Amino acid sequence: MSEYFSNIKTATTTIATGLTITLRHFFNAVKRKGDAGIDDADFFRQVDGLCTLQYPHEVMPTPVNARYRLYNNIDDCIGCNQCDRACPVECITIETIKVTADDLAVCGKTSGGQQKRMWVPVFDIDVAKCMTCGICVSVCPTECLVHTPVADFSEFDVRNMVYHFGNLSKIEAEAKKKKLELEKAAKEKAAAEAAASGVAPAPKPAPKPAPKPAGS
Amino acid sequence: MSSSTSLNTWSDALSGFTIGGFPLGLIIVAAIPLVFIALYALTYGVYGERKISAFMQDRLGPMEVGPWGLLQTLADILKLLQKEDIVPTVADKALFVIGPLIMFVGSFLAFAVLPFGPAFIGADLNVGLFYAVGIVSLEVVGILASGWGSNNKWALYGAIRSVAQIVSYEIPASIALLCGAMMAGSLSMQHFNVVQSGPYGFMHFFLFRNPIAWLPFIIYFIASLAENNRAPFDIPEAESELVAGFFTEYTGMKFAMFFLAEYGSMFMVSAVLSIVFLGGWASPLPNVGGLALNTMTSGPVWGAIWIILKGFFFIFVQMWLRWTLPRLRVDQLMYLCWKVLTPFAFIAFVLTAIWEIYM
Repeated sequence: MSEYFSNIKTATTTIATGLTITLRHFFNAVKRKGDAGIDDADFFRQVDGLCTLQYPHEVMPTPVNARYRLYNNIDDCIGCNQCDRACPVECITIETIKVTADDLAVCGKTSGGQQKRMWVPVFDIDVAKCMTCGICVSVCPTECLVHTPVADFSEFDVRNMVYHFGNLSKIEAEAKKKKLELEKAAKEKAAAEAAASGVAPAPKPAPKPAPKPAGS
Repeated sequence: MSSSTSLNTWSDALSGFTIGGFPLGLIIVAAIPLVFIALYALTYGVYGERKISAFMQDRLGPMEVGPWGLLQTLADILKLLQKEDIVPTVADKALFVIGPLIMFVGSFLAFAVLPFGPAFIGADLNVGLFYAVGIVSLEVVGILASGWGSNNKWALYGAIRSVAQIVSYEIPASIALLCGAMMAGSLSMQHFNVVQSGPYGFMHFFLFRNPIAWLPFIIYFIASLAENNRAPFDIPEAESELVAGFFTEYTGMKFAMFFLAEYGSMFMVSAVLSIVFLGGWASPLPNVGGLALNTMTSGPVWGAIWIILKGFFFIFVQMWLRWTLPRLRVDQLMYLCWKVLTPFAFIAFVLTAIWEIYM
């Protein structure tokens, strides 16, 4: 019988405790939870108030070094194709055209002073496929491919998720291709003429001997 | 009842209003509480439930439709109206269709005897309290019909649990209300209010006039939670184990009818609780010296405000409990009813009788 009454007592006290907790939260709903980060000493003390973030209207800021959407600074890109090969999900597509000798100055140098030898008409990143692993960024020799803190880039059409970074329009690319072919043809013609006139082309320099293994 | 015929002049005059022999006034009288309840149940009940639950869980609740999400319920109604009204092929079609109707009608019939003011009551029956308790039992038939008619094991489980629960909890609920009836000496709902109103405000309420009244008050409140299938007694719905209980198979407006019936019953039991123990439309403010607060806050309009406020308060407590307590197991539910509430209800009954005879 004493257990019967102690059960009723437990039920009453626990219900009262629970009701106080919910009521305290109910009246704290006029406040917002503080925005102290995990670094702050008060992080676990900010228990009172609403924690809802009304997402499209208010956004939690991403840190400046956040690794989200990829961006390629095409002016620094040398078209080396390393990012494409490194990508585990094959979300990068690159097409390159060799720069003709007379265009080298037009094509310019990277900000690091390296002469660019490739036009990059197509540099497409499918950000819908990209899993932001960062391997492409680490292999990039000119550090032109970077992650940006932009995390919110939803689209209604999935085709808009492919970002184009190429530095030539289609017409320009055609022109550059034609130019390269003309240069090639001119070179071949010159070589053929040289062969016909009996002058043997300059022999290729002999390959350097392979370095001997150390210690031998 | 002779005590309330004079109070009923306003509603008598309105119900006597006819246009060319057509009893328009009578229809208006019948429609006012129903319109109020429909508006309340759909808009403020659902909206309030969502907001209160959100605030208790540190959330914001609906915020997008209208300012602070005030039009969310309207959007929900539009959605429910557009939904396809599906009747399963293997369901017992007659029972399936009639189930929500019985529940809806059963829950709203009780509003006929709720006094919304000293001069406004749908039907001042001399057995008003008995009628209110009895007519709500009709819901059991609706629940069983819809659960059986769905031809779904979860629905049938939910319906059987619900029926067992409601039938069991009617016993402590009725005995607790009987304590109130003994204190008032009548079963008329209007008479409850008349004997509890007076110049000293809340001092006239049975809850404060009788030292034992808190016991039947709490017993009736707990039992009414169970009768409405509200948490912590929501095992007939038990979304985590039975999908949605007896209305698993329902869609569209039939589904909305169950919700209307539920929110209607919530207000009904809250109003009965405040009428029987807290004076219904009687003002709780006392006359303090020269300051006649009670006289100032009494009258037909104030009466409606007071009973609605008291009803809303108990609805808030119901929601508050719902978001605090976990669901009871079936055996715990029956233990609470038969081994705790019923014996205590009998004790309260005897003590109230002794108090009424000797004090």
